[in-house]
Formats: sequence, structure tokens, C-alpha cells
Amino acid sequence: MQDNYQVYGLVAEFETSDQLLAAARATKDAGYRKVESYTPFAVEGLNEALGQRKTRLPWLVLVGGLLGAATGFLMQTIASVYDYPWLVAGRPYFSWQAFVPITFEMTILLAAGTAVFGMLLLNHLPRHYHPIFNTPGFKRASVDRFFLAIEAADPRYNPTETTEFLRGLNPLRVSEVGC
Amino acid sequence: MQQSKRLQSYGTVEQEEPLIQGDHSYGTLTTKINSIPFVPLRRTPIGWLLLFSLSFLLLMVFFAAVTYLLIQGVGIWGINIPVGWGLDIVNFVWWIGIGHAGTLISAVLLLLRQPWRNSINRLSEAMTIFAVACAGLFPILHLGRIWLFYWLLPYPNNLGMWPMFRSPLTWDVFAVSTYGTVSLLFWLVGLIPDFASLRDQAPNRARRLIYGALALGWRGAGKHWQRYEMAYLLLAGLATPLVVSVHSIVALDFSVSQVPGWHTTFFPPYFVAGAIFSGFAMVLTLIIPIRKYYGLKDFVTDRHLDFMAKVMLTTGLIVFYGYMAEIFYAWYSGNEYERFMVWNRMTGPYAPAYWALIACNGIIPQLLWFRRFRSNVPLLFVVSLIINIGMWLERFVIIVISLHRDYLPSAWHMYTPTIWDWATYIGTIGLFFTLLFLFLRFLPIINVFEMRHLLHEEHEAAHRHGKGGQHGEAYTPTPGAGD
Repeated sequence: MQDNYQVYGLVAEFETSDQLLAAARATKDAGYRKVESYTPFAVEGLNEALGQRKTRLPWLVLVGGLLGAATGFLMQTIASVYDYPWLVAGRPYFSWQAFVPITFEMTILLAAGTAVFGMLLLNHLPRHYHPIFNTPGFKRASVDRFFLAIEAADPRYNPTETTEFLRGLNPLRVSEVGC
Repeated sequence: MQQSKRLQSYGTVEQEEPLIQGDHSYGTLTTKINSIPFVPLRRTPIGWLLLFSLSFLLLMVFFAAVTYLLIQGVGIWGINIPVGWGLDIVNFVWWIGIGHAGTLISAVLLLLRQPWRNSINRLSEAMTIFAVACAGLFPILHLGRIWLFYWLLPYPNNLGMWPMFRSPLTWDVFAVSTYGTVSLLFWLVGLIPDFASLRDQAPNRARRLIYGALALGWRGAGKHWQRYEMAYLLLAGLATPLVVSVHSIVALDFSVSQVPGWHTTFFPPYFVAGAIFSGFAMVLTLIIPIRKYYGLKDFVTDRHLDFMAKVMLTTGLIVFYGYMAEIFYAWYSGNEYERFMVWNRMTGPYAPAYWALIACNGIIPQLLWFRRFRSNVPLLFVVSLIINIGMWLERFVIIVISLHRDYLPSAWHMYTPTIWDWATYIGTIGLFFTLLFLFLRFLPIINVFEMRHLLHEEHEAAHRHGKGGQHGEAYTPTPGAGD
């Protein structure tokens, strides 16, 4: 539908990760902020080049792990001391040493679950549709090509100037991508 | 000079063959690995069909054995009093031990920055999950009334009862289920970017839809990779203590009890070493034919096999040390029951199992000291099979021999596995290989995105060396700069 056509942004395609890295630095220096890279593997230094901050994921995982530890330990204490005290060979009800293994397992379980589902949640995955998939040749982003997208929502975005800017970064091609 | 010669030889080791052989680019590497699941269904290789059918047949044997078990109860097995733990628990420990190599390869080697893990971690993680699936079945079947398995779990119930949290058997429920869950998560997370490249290279609509759904919309965004790599690293950090804890808890199932031959403090570390030993043996058993059949020698090189053989040798020595320590402690403790247990192992009715165990796990792995044997692939395959058998025998020796003659001779009893014991065991081998063949057919058997990363790093390393001197020249550290 041509009437509803909206521009998502401009996408440049690069052949190597080094070219992409250089382009990312230049884009940041030019003042663009709504920029994202699309690569077939994690390229070192790219997040810094794009000015992306560190992820909060480790803190979430810490919370998940502590929650797991608390759940595991309290479950065992409440069950063995209060709800169902069961005297075995005169051993104390609150034998916390014996509760360590399950507390540990629960810590790992919840921390690992938080790491996986937290990562997916922060990444907004699973996701059915994203405009970047309209980019010509984007199928190679998961194989051997490196992409850099400047979104139309960027305050410095200007169709002609931004295109010229991206062309100057030595890409294989620059495409305008619709939503 | 002796010193500088040694340093130079270290230098040459550093410059050994690359971990990716052949002339590969990101594209050829991805296409090569993705081409295996892309083979059209009608052109499924006949060898795969035959082996899959065989495995599926064995899986049917498993279902038959379990059906009969449900009808008759555990009396169909050879277990008795005092040998209440028979082949079911032997197999449980065997399978769960095999799983440990997968976690070791994917987690510990990641933390230790060993790049050779990248081409074998997918397969070994798959092996872990399938082995844990087989392992988890045995304690449940062992319950007898398997439809009440949920009694193992702590849940509020109208009986007002809770599991006994001071018992290692309850710890085991948590350890094995956590281990299975975390291994599965680790594996699935590793698959997401590879599903994306399968989606993008899919030859037809059906595959594009299926792999596309599994890829969860992965698009390789920089921010996504950052969180992804962090999640992966954290999972590795969490899985590392987990893998040690699981087999330690399995070992505590034994050592907390007072059976002679079980009641020792060194069981947990010795079990963990044994688990890694058997797991690497299983990885080698699987990967040697797979890399040949699927033409993956560029990615799983002889150097990979050499590394695995060295890990096997090291852990094998720890296990052998464990066998020697058992004998020493029995003598040194002065406890007549412990001494009798060792003597009974060596000369009693099950002595052939003990000596076969010493041969399989103690003597034959010593061949791996020699590069000549480590680089002989057929021999390595045979050795890995022997170690698999040896580790099964180890659990048989620990469980059955210790139980069948404990304290009072009036309570002694022999144990003979019945056909249903064997059918259940062979059946789980069928389950394992059924899952494995489905995995080989429909999923990327090598972690492709990590291989692309490795290729990038190997190119960069070659580039750096190229700048310094002649390409491929031995790297010589400054003498005296530290050894």
C-alpha cells in the first residue's frame, strides 16, 4: 500500500566487520543516535562504537539467583521446622547444613532462567515482524554481511544528507527501508 | 641450549594447525553446516534411515519393557534384598555421568577461553540433554508406582507431608531436574542465531516457516548480541558449579549411607572426574563417525580429537587414583568390613567385572600418553568405546558388589539382571540414539555463529603474525621472560 508507506530508515551493507566498525564510529561521531548494527556474529567493540550502554542483565540475574536461594531455603525451613517437623534420630529440625544443596540448586535454576528469559524479554523476542527484514539482501545478515541502520526517527535524519553520509562510508549498497 | 630449545618447542605448539581447516569463508562455512538439515525429506540418506530405524526399534523395546513393568511391578527385575539398587541405578549414574562432558565443553571451556570447544559444543550439549533424559527415566521407573512420581516434589498436599529435605535422594530430585532444565536452556539459547541463519537460507517455505518460528525473530542487532553474549556467559558461569554439584550429589546418594564401599568422603570428586571421563569418551564415540560421515573434518580436526583424548587421559588418571585410594583406605582404616569389601571385589563372585573395570579404565587409557595412539583415529574410537564400557562396569562394581555382601552373611544375596533389566537399558540406548539421529537430521550440528566468530579471530591472528615476521613462523618468546 503506497499510501501507508512510511520510512523506517536507511540501511548500509558492508562486507567486513572492520568496515562496519569504522562506519559505526563515524556514524556516532556524526551525531546520529538511533543507530543499530545487524551482524552474523557478535563483533567486538561494536557496542562501544555505537555508544550503547552496558546491559542490565547481570543485575537481573543476581536478583533471580537471590530469589532462588531465598525460595529454596525458606521452603525447606518452613516445611521441616514448622509445617511438618519430623524427628529423625534426634537431629535438630533446623538442620540448615542439609538444606544447602537444594538452596544451591534453586539459586542456579532461577538465575539461569532469569538469564535466558531476561535476555529474551529485554530484546523483545520472540517478535513476529520487524521493518529491518524489508532490507534488500538482509538474508545475508545471518550469514556473511554486516549492516548498519540509521532510523528515520533520529533527529538528525535527513533522507538526502543521511544517504550521502552513508555512501561516503564505503558500503556495498545503501537502501531506504519501509515499515 | 636446553632452555631455549624448550621455549622454542613451546612456541611451535602455539603455532599448530588452525582449528578450522580448508579455505573457508563465513558463507561457505554456514552453507556447509546448514546443508545437512536442508537435505530434502525424500532424499534422506539411506544410512541415516537404517540407523534411525534401528534406534527406533530399540526405543520400542523400551516401551515394551516399561509397559510390562507397569503391569507387573519391579519384581520383573533382578533386584532383591539386599541388592535393592540394580541395573536401574547403574544405568542412571552411567547416563548422567555421560551428560557431564557436554556441560564441561560448553561451560567450563567457554570460561577458560578454549576456542576448540566451538565446533563440538552443539553436539556435546545435545548429547547431554539426551543422556539426562535417559538418566531421569531410571529413578522414576525404579519407584515402582511411577504414576506417583510427583510425590518426589514438594507441593502442598492434603496428606500434610513434605519430602525429607535432609536426604540426598531428595537433593538428587532437585539436582537432576535443575541440571536437565539448565542444559536445555543453554542448548536452546545457543541455537537461536543458528535458527536465524537456517531461516534465511531455507530452500523452501515450510522450512523457512519452521526455522523462522524457532529463531524467535532473531535479527542479529548489536544490542541483542550484547545481551545475548552476556546471558551466554552468565549461563556458563552458572552451569560450571552446577555440573560439579550434580554428580557430587549423586555420589552423596551413596556415601551418606553406611554400606561398606559406599561410605567414603572422596566419592564426590571421584564421581565428578569419572563423569567427565565417561562423557568425553561418549563425545569421541559419537563425533568420530559423525565427522567422517558428514564430511566435517575441516571443523572437527585431528587436533580436536587430540585435545579430547588428553582430557580423557587426565580425568582417567584421577579415576584410577580413586580406585587405588579405595583399596588404600580399606586397608588403612583397619575396618574389617571395608577390607572384606575390597577383597570381595577382587576375588568374589563378581571379580571378572572388577578386573575388566581395571583393564578398561585403568590400563587401556594409558595408551593415550602417546601421540602416536592419540592421532590414530580408529584406535581412539575403540579406546573411547572401551572407556564407555569401563565406566558402566564401575557403577556396577560400586553398586552391586557393595550391596550383595554387606555385614551379616545371612543377609547376603547374589544379583542377576533379568532380561527386563537389559531390555530397559538397551531401550534407553534406543531413546538416546533416536533423539540423536533426529538432531543430526534437522538441526545444525555445529554451532555456526560461534564458528564464524572463530574464523574471524583466526583470520585476525594470522594477520597479526603476518605483520610480525614470515607467516607461520614459530613464535619465540624472549628467553628469561618467564617460563
